[in-house]
Amino acid sequence: MNAHAPVRGKTLLDADALGRTLSRIAHEIIEGNPELEEVALVGIQTRGVPLARRLARLIEERAGVEPALGAVDITFYRDDVSVRGGEAPLAAQPVVRATQLDFPLEGRTVVLVDDVLYTGRTIRAAIEALFDYGRPARVQLAVLVDRGHRELPIRPDYVGKNLPTARGERIQVQLVEVDEVDAVLLVETPEEESG
Amino acid sequence: MIRLVSDDLRPPANPPRRHLLSVGDLTRDDVERLLATARTFESSLERHVKKLPTLKGHLIVNLFYESSTRTSSSFELAAKRLSADTLTVKSLGSSVDKGESLKDTALTLGAYDPDVIVIRHPQIGAPQLVARVTEAHVVNAGDGKHQHPTQALLDLYTLREELGRLEGLHVAIVGDVLHSRVARSLVQAFALVGIRGTLVGPPALLPRELPAETTTDIEAIRDADVVYVLRMQNERMEAGANFVPSLAEYTARWGITPERLRPGQKVMHPGPMNRGVEIDPRVADSADSLITRQVRSGVVVRMAVLYDVLTGGPVGVQALAAAEVA
Repeated sequence: MNAHAPVRGKTLLDADALGRTLSRIAHEIIEGNPELEEVALVGIQTRGVPLARRLARLIEERAGVEPALGAVDITFYRDDVSVRGGEAPLAAQPVVRATQLDFPLEGRTVVLVDDVLYTGRTIRAAIEALFDYGRPARVQLAVLVDRGHRELPIRPDYVGKNLPTARGERIQVQLVEVDEVDAVLLVETPEEESG
Repeated sequence: MIRLVSDDLRPPANPPRRHLLSVGDLTRDDVERLLATARTFESSLERHVKKLPTLKGHLIVNLFYESSTRTSSSFELAAKRLSADTLTVKSLGSSVDKGESLKDTALTLGAYDPDVIVIRHPQIGAPQLVARVTEAHVVNAGDGKHQHPTQALLDLYTLREELGRLEGLHVAIVGDVLHSRVARSLVQAFALVGIRGTLVGPPALLPRELPAETTTDIEAIRDADVVYVLRMQNERMEAGANFVPSLAEYTARWGITPERLRPGQKVMHPGPMNRGVEIDPRVADSADSLITRQVRSGVVVRMAVLYDVLTGGPVGVQALAAAEVA
């Protein structure tokens, strides 16, 4: 939760590699969507949002079309919200951030953008949230890192890097917009994340 | 630390049992968190699909021993917007009429395993009793003339949304302060967020023990940013007690009329209104009246309260604060 605490871990992607990876994802999104003006990039709060913004900029530079940009917060769509009779919540409730979808979803191709794909539960929640705002023509998924351990039948359309991990490990994505540096780290931790 | 009400009998390893019984249980951080959560819920109500799946599978019981339109309906709507199941029990037509004690009713409803019990009761301390005898999280929707914390929260929310700030505002609370749980909760809430409160009304209806300035002079409302009009609570006045000589005299001396207000001065009222008694209909229906805004705030603030008691609120607020310090 503590975004600015110094994190020690093995660097899997440095700033250059992260930039190249995003470039490739942007290129794949252009290739995969001949009708680019129908595409909207929707970042999942928190780190999916700056990633979506960077991808939109890269797509505009390469294809000359600026995709619509949005953000979705999944706090109220989680499947582990409740504390019953004083039991601890399954995972700490994240701070609620804004959902911003300032364009109609009807007929759009929405590319959900997140930093790490893990159990798939975050993506399930994001899809459910999206459909409460409208009915997109199709939904695709772009992630910077796929670390495996899926618990739901969810598969990304665009993957920056496949990084098989043990459950006790954690992938920490750091972005300049949030963390002052660009890097992907492998961190040993007993604590589970839910993404 | 978030602290609401902790049950001392529980081992310290567990997080505190969370209830909302009194504004006195809240810290300023709690208030900020609840208002921020309410604002997020408000934006969800602008969508095509207004329902959120957040509390799916949870049971929320509304137990109302006093008549109520907006509080009970807004709690019910708040629960439904969060996909919870609701069960509303009103004293009329239930076993409550047959003399069942509050404790027995609470135990009976507790057998349904509710996650939250929202209670309104004419006796002070009734919500605390329900919290003791059931496993549910308890939200006080008004107990006697003691507390009405969700009303105070929705009023703070309304003030911030309409005036852009809380700290430094001056609010005059006018009318039957003595019998008003709204006034008691508001005075505490104002102290928490730095609002200056002035209590105005007939001498017999102005309690001395509240930590706010008091005056019988209606002219005192002049320099307030907001005039908060209280309802004349005839049902709480003992028969024969002369709190005011007559309603007509009350209206003449303390009724809120357009002539007594500055242009642009905002007016609030917790409802239900006695039009023509404590508030002139022209004031109630004017552009400066925030009364329907208060009703709308009621739903999103109660959504935030239900979410907060059940989840402990988004702890990220603290994590974020800690991150900013680091």
